[in-house]
Amino acid sequence: MNFDFSDDQKQLRDQARKFLAEKCPPKAVRVVLDGKETYDRALWKGFAEMGFLGVAIPEEYGGAGAGHLELCVIAEEVGRALAPVPFSSTVYLAAEALMLAGSDAQKQTWLPKIASGETIGTLALFEGTGNPSPKAIKLAAANGVLNGTKKPVADGAIADLIIVAARTASTGRDSDISLFLVDAKAGGVEAKALTNLDPTRGQAELTFTNCKAEPLGTAGEGWSIISQVLDRAAVLTAFEQVGGSDRALEMGRDYALDRIAFGRPIGSFQAVKHMLADMYVSATLARSNAYYGAWALSTNAPELPEAAASARISATQAYQHCGKNNIQVHGGMGFTWEFDCHMYYRRANALALGLGSLSYWEDQLIDRMRKRNAA
Amino acid sequence: MNFDDTPQEAAFRAEARAWIAANAPKQYEDELRASSLGRTALKNANILEVAKAWQKKKADAGWACLHWPKEYGGRGASPIERVIWQQEEGPFGKLSAMFIIGHGMCGPTVMAYASEEHKRQYLPPLASGEKVWCQLFSEPAGGSDVAGLRTRAEKRGDEWVINGQKIWTSGAHYSDYGILLTRTDPTVPKHKGLTMFFLDMKSPGVEVRPIKQASGHSDFNEVYFTDVVIPDSQRLGAVNDGWNVALTTLMNERMSIGAGVATGFPELFDFCSNLVLDDRPAIEDRNVRSKLANWAVKASGLKYTSMRAISALSKGERPGPENSIGKLVAGSMVQDVASYALDLQGAAGVLSGPEADVAGKFQAMLLRAPGTRVEGGTDEIMRNIIAERVLGLPGDIRVDKDLPFNQVPTKGRA
Repeated sequence: MNFDFSDDQKQLRDQARKFLAEKCPPKAVRVVLDGKETYDRALWKGFAEMGFLGVAIPEEYGGAGAGHLELCVIAEEVGRALAPVPFSSTVYLAAEALMLAGSDAQKQTWLPKIASGETIGTLALFEGTGNPSPKAIKLAAANGVLNGTKKPVADGAIADLIIVAARTASTGRDSDISLFLVDAKAGGVEAKALTNLDPTRGQAELTFTNCKAEPLGTAGEGWSIISQVLDRAAVLTAFEQVGGSDRALEMGRDYALDRIAFGRPIGSFQAVKHMLADMYVSATLARSNAYYGAWALSTNAPELPEAAASARISATQAYQHCGKNNIQVHGGMGFTWEFDCHMYYRRANALALGLGSLSYWEDQLIDRMRKRNAA
Repeated sequence: MNFDDTPQEAAFRAEARAWIAANAPKQYEDELRASSLGRTALKNANILEVAKAWQKKKADAGWACLHWPKEYGGRGASPIERVIWQQEEGPFGKLSAMFIIGHGMCGPTVMAYASEEHKRQYLPPLASGEKVWCQLFSEPAGGSDVAGLRTRAEKRGDEWVINGQKIWTSGAHYSDYGILLTRTDPTVPKHKGLTMFFLDMKSPGVEVRPIKQASGHSDFNEVYFTDVVIPDSQRLGAVNDGWNVALTTLMNERMSIGAGVATGFPELFDFCSNLVLDDRPAIEDRNVRSKLANWAVKASGLKYTSMRAISALSKGERPGPENSIGKLVAGSMVQDVASYALDLQGAAGVLSGPEADVAGKFQAMLLRAPGTRVEGGTDEIMRNIIAERVLGLPGDIRVDKDLPFNQVPTKGRA
């Protein structure tokens, strides 16, 4: 049994960690946090040069053709460093949707540009409050044009390529939904940046007005493709969450070792130690569930839907837990803007929502477990 | 990343599987499988006899204590082979419960500290289950604080005379031998005045009294020592070095990674799938689903944490510290799962007996769970271990560390 990453993959992780430690220290994250930039352009360029953007894209489409396990280890480091770049929307959502459903021409057009950092991509799915559901999609596609509004769209204000979930019928079935591909530069779509919980990652409202769009994948297959994309993104995001959980735990541990109160390091008080031990437990459970997700993703196993939901729930819980208790360990200092704790707290809670809420994924997990049991 | 055996592992697994298929006591398989939590018992057979027979059969064929050297009754197998064996033994592994302490803790201590002659004499019958061993550490005055124990050992010529009391001794009532931690010098700080022995549990002056537990069962005992004589040749380690010997014992606590820990989740999932609430299966209820999902990811998280440890063994590496979370997570989870399964039944959840065997099953879980959270290191001790050994946080400030043991306070408010 080898339920672990290979030495090469671990080396890639170390390489990514080193790169991010140098190019993406907290003060670089703060440039975006403080609203001075919409994302870290230099870092994004560095990602392309390091080959992070195309690691799972096949060589024939300009990528490294490595695979999803390699992408998982990079995602972990992206999460650990709070990298303020549109990595998840471009790589986990847009590139995955293209690889799953794109025609050869579409892949030839877009994937090399994603790998090179030239194109930022995203998926426009949500239309206001609510979780992923075909019923919630009102934006209409007819005669090759889209009309309607999407929000929130992750990195929507900076995206060049937008994959849009649109309604093409009204029978009440999943097959009412189809996917479309929009070149943002071609006009017909207006982006409005929205303020949000985690300013290190942009959110936008996109309004489509007679916007030209080309179909992505078979008409009526949209929901099926979205479900698959969300499962893949759930696993990859879980690695970001695991990386963030570990970092929040380390920050809390380090502070507990350094901070003296009542004449002793606060880490010697059981009330503090036990809080940190429980954070370690959450982070460990999340990591193990994420590894199972990585295995299912990399082998395209039939277990992927269940593994993805488990990874998603476990990683969401762990990051929220570690994010909030890291602040608690820091006491008053943890509640200041100056300390970095709130950046992890914000990211933890934003990632918890991006692909649909915890309760949505809980529901999904039980459905999928029942399906397996019935089979 | 994969879940596949190496060719050598596959060959070992095939050999183990074939032998188990041909030799295991299959007539008990269903019963053993069903008794996943609470207590393992057999309706029409004495479980101790069945367990001993299975252990002897394994030993005769070279499948007992796989990781022990052959000359002491083992197989000289690698850690991963031991895990594979546990996976293949499956429900029959539950029959090993009565040997866990002897094989997992007493045996390694004897192996590390006894004379060669004693090792050859005592270890093979321990491996084969013909002789059962128990571990006599905890006392009324020393549970989590094991080094606070007060049972005295006094030297008289070539012998030691033991007086005192042990408690929470699992299996003392059916054990043939025990390893015994005693105080040999009360005038020095507590960790420095301890000495370890092994003794025959049939020695004159040893009295075993079962403890009736909160669950109503009796798995543990109090053991009283009144002028019990132990020859000096049965001392394990140097006089007053018993704490280091005890650490050897405690570090050898059973590696349960192959067998996996019971969480109660599969039982709860089945239960919620079959229970009807408001005219539909309980599992279709929003609240039920949310609870189930939360426990599902804990159960799978533990499962894949074990897989990571097994993978380390497979590569010949030491597993990381992550496996230390198992008991801490599973202990309170079983308790919560059991309580929730009863809650779903409303007032009828209180009933047990033949007409309410489902409620009874979860009640057994509920009543056993507090023990799991205490034995072998309380939840609080487990958190200390994670915080100190894994995260590197400082140990507690110990006010009795440098005090002579006989000056350590013994009473609180009273």
